[in-house]
Amino acid sequence: MSTSVVVTGLGATTPLGGDVASTWSALLAGRSGVKRIDADWAKDLPVKIAATAAVEPAEVLPRHRLRRLDRCQQFALIAAHEAWRDAGFAYGDEDGFAVDGERLGAVVSTGIGGLITTLDNYDTLREKGWKRVSPFAVPMLMPNGSVGWISIEFGAKAGAHALASACASGAEAIGYGIDMIRAGRADIVIAGGTEAAIHQLNVAAFSSMRAMSTRNDEPERASRPYDKGRDGFVLGEGSGIVILESEEHARARGARIYGIAAGVGYSSDANDIVQNDAEGMAKAMRRALADAGLEPSDIVHINAHGTSTPIGDVGEIKAIKKAFGEAAGQIAVTSTKSMTGHLLGGTGAVESIATLLALREGVVPPTINIDDLDDEVDLDIVRGEPRELPSGPAAALNNSFGFGGHNVCVAFRRHES
Amino acid sequence: MALSEQEILSGLGEIIEEIAGVPADDVAPEKSFVDDLDIDSLSMVEIAVAAQDKFGVEIPDDELKNLKTVKDVVVYVQSKGVSA
Repeated sequence: MSTSVVVTGLGATTPLGGDVASTWSALLAGRSGVKRIDADWAKDLPVKIAATAAVEPAEVLPRHRLRRLDRCQQFALIAAHEAWRDAGFAYGDEDGFAVDGERLGAVVSTGIGGLITTLDNYDTLREKGWKRVSPFAVPMLMPNGSVGWISIEFGAKAGAHALASACASGAEAIGYGIDMIRAGRADIVIAGGTEAAIHQLNVAAFSSMRAMSTRNDEPERASRPYDKGRDGFVLGEGSGIVILESEEHARARGARIYGIAAGVGYSSDANDIVQNDAEGMAKAMRRALADAGLEPSDIVHINAHGTSTPIGDVGEIKAIKKAFGEAAGQIAVTSTKSMTGHLLGGTGAVESIATLLALREGVVPPTINIDDLDDEVDLDIVRGEPRELPSGPAAALNNSFGFGGHNVCVAFRRHES
Repeated sequence: MALSEQEILSGLGEIIEEIAGVPADDVAPEKSFVDDLDIDSLSMVEIAVAAQDKFGVEIPDDELKNLKTVKDVVVYVQSKGVSA
């Protein structure tokens, strides 16, 4: 029997709040984090809305640290500190459990990396010459920069990894972290994802694909998965980090256990570079169930990828029906992207946290903005109001699908002490 | 009139606080950048660029590597300094 892996710490900074508690309460309240982009650069773009972080990193980190961290690294470090403290680990002079660095791993992914650093330094190069390019530009722009800094910050020496699978990156990081503990390479893994890509070029690039909502006059209503009037996703930013720990290690130190990271399923479509297919998504869900030793009837809730694109949302609904058959009808499905927007590489981690809390608290956040449910969405979508989950043994899935044909599904089980 | 030693020292203190997070008051002449102030080589590059902006004195890479203490920088800037 493989090692049981549990989650003992949570951290997040999102468009809804600067930590997990504020994010979770906003999710339950059905509050949108989408805002109008005030910056000049948006004025000639078709998209003028985004879900910017609720708390600016400059309010949290000292100036000298900010200047050598890309914005995505700032988010990751803030979320990691929250998760670390939440797990009861010692940091600096603070009391807490002393973690053995040789048994501590870190897996923190990003879909894009230090995009803002890259582009800002390019502007500087063109305007002022090479000497004005930051000497920290390279570690700031590299996609493994976040996990590199986190490994330094907390002394993680069992291995630090950054996996890139676009919008599945954060979920894949958690999957890899589970596997590191199962393989015996670590007792504890800091795992999650981060993104900070609300930049003119990125918005232009996604706009060019016609992938984004242009509901500029109603920012809070723009992200509306499963609604007939949905017209694309809304770009968000932020980070989610979880502390994964072998159950044996967690119990030995008397840690609080949020839930069981029961398994992960992967598939790759080998088909289209931007259009994931329903069969591939279904395969990832089936494999997650198999990996976690769960039956379809064990699943009470799915935090869906549901980005609010016309094609993608329906594809995932079809996939859930393929994977679950008759059992699909009993699953409470929600898309928290209706409130957070799409955090790209951060999304799988933030939504895994929402999935864990839904199981633990027994309540699923709603999908907001569904005025007119799409006829093709014939599953039990949690609309408008939060939904209570039954007590007792239960499990839930978090789906994440990325450009490149990456399908990742993480399975969590409720922990009953 | 050239910048005084005190003016350069306090300007350097501001730069180092901004870039490396070391309180300006700790930036005393005898302090070594690496051993006392825990400033790495990449931060030294940033400090040199900021010093050029502030004092109008360029510090070439060949010189930068010889500037080990705060006083070394003060003396270098003063020796090359143009009238303020």
